[in-house]
Amino acid sequence: MGSLLDYLTAPTTIFYLAVTMTVFLALQISAAVMVYAERKVAAFMQQRYGPYLVGPKGLLQPIADIVKLVFKEELKPKAADTLLFAAAPVISAVAAFTAFAPVPFGASTTFFGLLPEPVPLMVADVNVGVLVIFAVTSMGVYGIVLAGWASNSKYSLLGGLRSSAQMISYELAYGMALATIVMLAGSLSLREIVDTQSGYWFGFIPKWYVFINPISFMIFATAGVAETNRAPFDFPEAEQELVAGYHTEYSSMRFALFFLAEYINMVTVAAVSVNLFLGGWHGPFIPEAYGWIWFLIKLSVLCFGYLWLRWTLPRFRYDQLMAFGWKLLLPLATINLLVSAAGVLYFGL
Amino acid sequence: MGSDQLLFFGFAGVSVLGSLFVIGQRNPIYSVLALIVSFFGLSGLYVLLEAPFVAVVQIIIYAGAIMVLFLFVVMLLNVPREGESEWDKAHPNFRPWPMRIGAVLSVLMVTELVWALSRTPGMTIGVADERPGNSSVAELGRVLFTDYMFAFEVTSILILIAMVGAVTLAKKREH
Repeated sequence: MGSLLDYLTAPTTIFYLAVTMTVFLALQISAAVMVYAERKVAAFMQQRYGPYLVGPKGLLQPIADIVKLVFKEELKPKAADTLLFAAAPVISAVAAFTAFAPVPFGASTTFFGLLPEPVPLMVADVNVGVLVIFAVTSMGVYGIVLAGWASNSKYSLLGGLRSSAQMISYELAYGMALATIVMLAGSLSLREIVDTQSGYWFGFIPKWYVFINPISFMIFATAGVAETNRAPFDFPEAEQELVAGYHTEYSSMRFALFFLAEYINMVTVAAVSVNLFLGGWHGPFIPEAYGWIWFLIKLSVLCFGYLWLRWTLPRFRYDQLMAFGWKLLLPLATINLLVSAAGVLYFGL
Repeated sequence: MGSDQLLFFGFAGVSVLGSLFVIGQRNPIYSVLALIVSFFGLSGLYVLLEAPFVAVVQIIIYAGAIMVLFLFVVMLLNVPREGESEWDKAHPNFRPWPMRIGAVLSVLMVTELVWALSRTPGMTIGVADERPGNSSVAELGRVLFTDYMFAFEVTSILILIAMVGAVTLAKKREH
């Protein structure tokens, strides 16, 4: 048992535990921030005030929302499947949190010399990190599908089925865009992919994959919006047609878990895009050790892009969504993959 | 018992219990979910064998893609819960001859399994000590496209045939 105790009290272990707790809390806070930002951005774009009564500039609104959700009555349809109805939101939330585990958010650090050797700033340094994210994200769809089925309501079921069809369709293009970058970087670890993006061309253009392969970035961003069920791809919860889609029958904390999962998924997809295409924590002016500041800046810009999209574009029609995914995005991604492969072979990147 | 063995029995237990649950209860949706849990157990075993790539691919392909389609079909067809009435003697599987043949087949299979396992040299329960030195994705890809090139291509043709066959069978007959 001595070795186990040594392992548990080693500085590195404690550091990893601290990082894990930080990420866990940061994701929840980021969801709250995103909810507030969404309402403010929406209000700004529609020339309204948005939340402004609770706290200065309405900043405490998310906390008021959470308190309200906690104290709401928990409702369950009589004909619902008790076990799966309760499990579905948990699956959604767990998948959302887990997907962030292999995402690095800063350069390797010894934490002011407290650790014997530099440790990457991430929860789990898996050498197949990209695939882990892909796998965990595809688990998230079960939460939505099961919620739709277990509710025993036609709106919920339609929302759940639409969602699974949409996610399966767009996962292909998403995976192709990922594969392109994996090929360019020659690694499946997000940390190593970020490391290949340090440095500059001609002294000022950063070596980010968004400049090498912009098409891949566009495909990834589009498929990412579809994967997170955000407008203009928010069919699973198209309120004019399906009341609220898969979470029609949910209330109180179970509803809050779905909401939490949706916003955390947005943050995760944005964080993965930052790492894959925008050079992660690399950037000018800020020393490498404080790279997480760059990471947060890039992340915020992408998250704002999400909100901007939602309040600017109308929703597609469902057949348009499918046609777009299968007939345009997937062929484009495949051609892009082939061309990139030829490029890697020819230039030996 | 080392922590490796503890994990091995944990994951093995999850996949065996998951598989038993697939056939052991009557709600098709629960069967699909139990199969997914079982796949997670298998994936854990792959991680213990230091093959993280295979482990993750197992989740992506089986738990992520194929089982979603299964769930989709089960939900869309609205497969009913198997009732008690289907389990009485009238069920075709419970007629005398299918039962006799089934019994003979299962005895045969258990005998074969015991025979095969008892002949395997160096059989121990637990995690193999000899770990593959190179389980990197690059190495796997190289082996797949050189040594096992033929098997790889033949498999893909087999899958294509299966797909074409399924489409042909499911297509509406033209009158």
